[in-house]
Amino acid sequence: MSRPPETAAPARTASAAHGPVPPVLSVDGLHVTVGGPERVEAVREVSLTIGPGEAVGLVGESGSGKSLTCRSVLGVLPPGCAVADGSIVLDGDEPAELTALTPKEWESVRGRRLGAVFQDPASYLNPSLTVGRQLSEQLRVGRGLSRTAAHSRAVDLFAAVGLHGPGAIYHRYPHELSGGMLQRVLIAIAIACEPELLIADEATTALDVVVQAEILELLQRLRSEQGLALLLVTHDLAVVARSCDRILVMYAGEIVEEGPTADVLAAPAHPYTEALLRVASTAEAGTGALETIPGGAPETGAELPGCRFAERCPYADAECLAGPVATRLVEPGRRARCVRPAGQPSGRRQDAGAAASAENPSAENPSAENPSAENPSAENPSAENPSAENPSAGNVSGADATAGTGATTAGTPEPEPEGSRV
Amino acid sequence: MTTVSEVPPGTGESPTDATTRQQRQEPLLRVEGLSVSYGRRATARRREGSTRVLSGVDLAVRPGEIVGIIGETGSGKTTLARAVVGLKRPDAGRIAFDGRDLTRLAGRGLRAFRRSGQLQYMFQDPLRSLDPESTVRQTVAEPLAVAGTLTRDEREERVTEALTLVGLDAGELGARTPGLISGGQRQRVALARALVTRPRLLLTDEPVSALDASNRNLVLSLLDRLRRELGLAVVVISHDLGSLAGIADRVAVLYRGRLVEQGRTADVLERPRHPYTALLTASAPSVRREPRLLPALLRVPASREPWPEDEGCVFAPRCRFAAPECRDEPAATVVDEPDPSGTDTDTGTATGTERATVACHRAADWRAELG
Ligand code: SF4
Ligand code: SF4
Repeated sequence: MSRPPETAAPARTASAAHGPVPPVLSVDGLHVTVGGPERVEAVREVSLTIGPGEAVGLVGESGSGKSLTCRSVLGVLPPGCAVADGSIVLDGDEPAELTALTPKEWESVRGRRLGAVFQDPASYLNPSLTVGRQLSEQLRVGRGLSRTAAHSRAVDLFAAVGLHGPGAIYHRYPHELSGGMLQRVLIAIAIACEPELLIADEATTALDVVVQAEILELLQRLRSEQGLALLLVTHDLAVVARSCDRILVMYAGEIVEEGPTADVLAAPAHPYTEALLRVASTAEAGTGALETIPGGAPETGAELPGCRFAERCPYADAECLAGPVATRLVEPGRRARCVRPAGQPSGRRQDAGAAASAENPSAENPSAENPSAENPSAENPSAENPSAENPSAGNVSGADATAGTGATTAGTPEPEPEGSRV
Repeated sequence: MTTVSEVPPGTGESPTDATTRQQRQEPLLRVEGLSVSYGRRATARRREGSTRVLSGVDLAVRPGEIVGIIGETGSGKTTLARAVVGLKRPDAGRIAFDGRDLTRLAGRGLRAFRRSGQLQYMFQDPLRSLDPESTVRQTVAEPLAVAGTLTRDEREERVTEALTLVGLDAGELGARTPGLISGGQRQRVALARALVTRPRLLLTDEPVSALDASNRNLVLSLLDRLRRELGLAVVVISHDLGSLAGIADRVAVLYRGRLVEQGRTADVLERPRHPYTALLTASAPSVRREPRLLPALLRVPASREPWPEDEGCVFAPRCRFAAPECRDEPAATVVDEPDPSGTDTDTGTATGTERATVACHRAADWRAELG
């Protein structure tokens, strides 16, 4: 059953990092580099915590670093990528520092204490084995069950993830099942060893909306029945809107906003979140102009002197470019990486309607590594002459390399205490 | 909007003109009773071996109108587009374009119609279908080479015109290959390629599903402008209600080859008449915070006896409200629409002349069961 975020109060208190209940997962000051020898930082200073039974949404467009963050947690970074700094602690009975694990040690964590599902379930299954066999295998290896015990537990699990006729499903091969059914099989495998945390990386992106809603409901149910903590990684703000207690918004490698879902959606504290929300709501509402976010994201790892959103931000001013922007406490439990105080914006240069007409050809950054969906540029064809509105464009590159190297207080009204940065 | 008014076909018409003209005009495309099968062709004696993917579909699209077709995987939405553009022969039904039945065209007539480029189809996933070796200009010019009637200079002019229409700088991007432009730009190159023949009807299959929200809105507003300023008729096929809500005048909902509901976008999405549409709209993720139906209320309880497949209403196996009468397949029936003159102010573009239909025996009373 889908539950409105308000009903998830206990989890929210646990999220306060220093509360009485220790978090299931704490990521602190994570930096991830990509690109082999000429390494650049694709993830900067990412810190997050997930409390027991809590559902946290990690939202960002492709190239924002959200997937690298979640793959760092799972210890499955693609070749050429590496954790350069920071710690990732899986708490619980046996606290483990994940960045220090040997491949052998990972075997007792991944699939056991950490479960994961991804966008394309078929590619994580062996096409020549029945799905039941693959789940049983996981149960026998991971939980030491006998062949018969594993079989009956597998059938129970298939039923628990909402597969009809679990006994018959057991004997099916992956190609005989639909995408939604395969995702349920993957979820059954992911929770087989009763992990503390389940990570879903774009797990519902490829599914039809009806099935997507069913899978999201299933995750909520597993969470309330089994106390499973959830990290939902997605590009779609709407997907987390109703299923997560808290959301974290990533942009250009950094977490730019964090807070309880309902509060963030009601009054975003970071201009990027605000823009994302506006873009999503104008399309849904079907009234008025369809909004876009002018410009494109900076190239992965680009070193910029100040705020990484400045080039596209309607509120940007000199202070934003003066130095790296640290996170600011908006209110208890809410943080934003922005110098602008929350509340009424001052000196806003573009109103909502004008945001759709800013052309910024210099902001195009087709990335050589992954041109497909990276850095999509959003200049508007009908732009009149918006360049005057965007003085920051063009003078934000070639900066010194100090961005993101810690809790600098430059330009930050309210420096965060050590250890509780976003 | 200067870029568009330079272009011949739409000659400076205001949106209001376009709206009235659109209401006056006969549909440019009229699909009637369209049925399509795959597999062995059905004969008078034998039907087995073929799978009916579309059955009795009716649809009309006027100049300047955007019609959305919503359906999930396997709904037949792509087959519908392929049949309309002549890539798939229908078993039955009529596809009239500007009064001419396309299903009867053959040989020279068919080739001539295709060459004219009046009807263009933008394939699903054009991001991947662009030739990585061709420059943007070469890619966009391709449909003109098929037509083969223009001089070299005319072709170059048309390419520049099409690129300008979609808001791309021909001078800056024309010589690049797809690998050197962004995803959003590539989507617009694909659109320019479809527009270069100055079509009157454009069919697009999932034009925005590969894009992020900002670029999605950009491409959608582009389509919206093209229909307003050029009177282009547009069919947008999508699984995503959100990408249709913003621009479509009318939507048609396909489920397993049947058109289960159609009507004005706001009516269909806000107050669906068919249980399947209701399930779709309830399931769509949303950032809006108003209360709405929970999808769980619309699903079949696990305790119910499975509905025999292939009996009666196509949606019955998944319909919470299935009743004995649903063993007969429901026909699409016209329903009363609210008076368009009173309720249209929000969109200003709905035609009001097209009837809404729904194919459900219980369209009038299923809501009562929700309590
Ligand atoms: S720091 Fe400045 S540029 Fe960055 S998001 Fe805030 S207001 Fe915009
Ligand atoms: S006809 Fe019957 S089964 Fe079909 S949608 Fe209507 S109520 Fe449901």
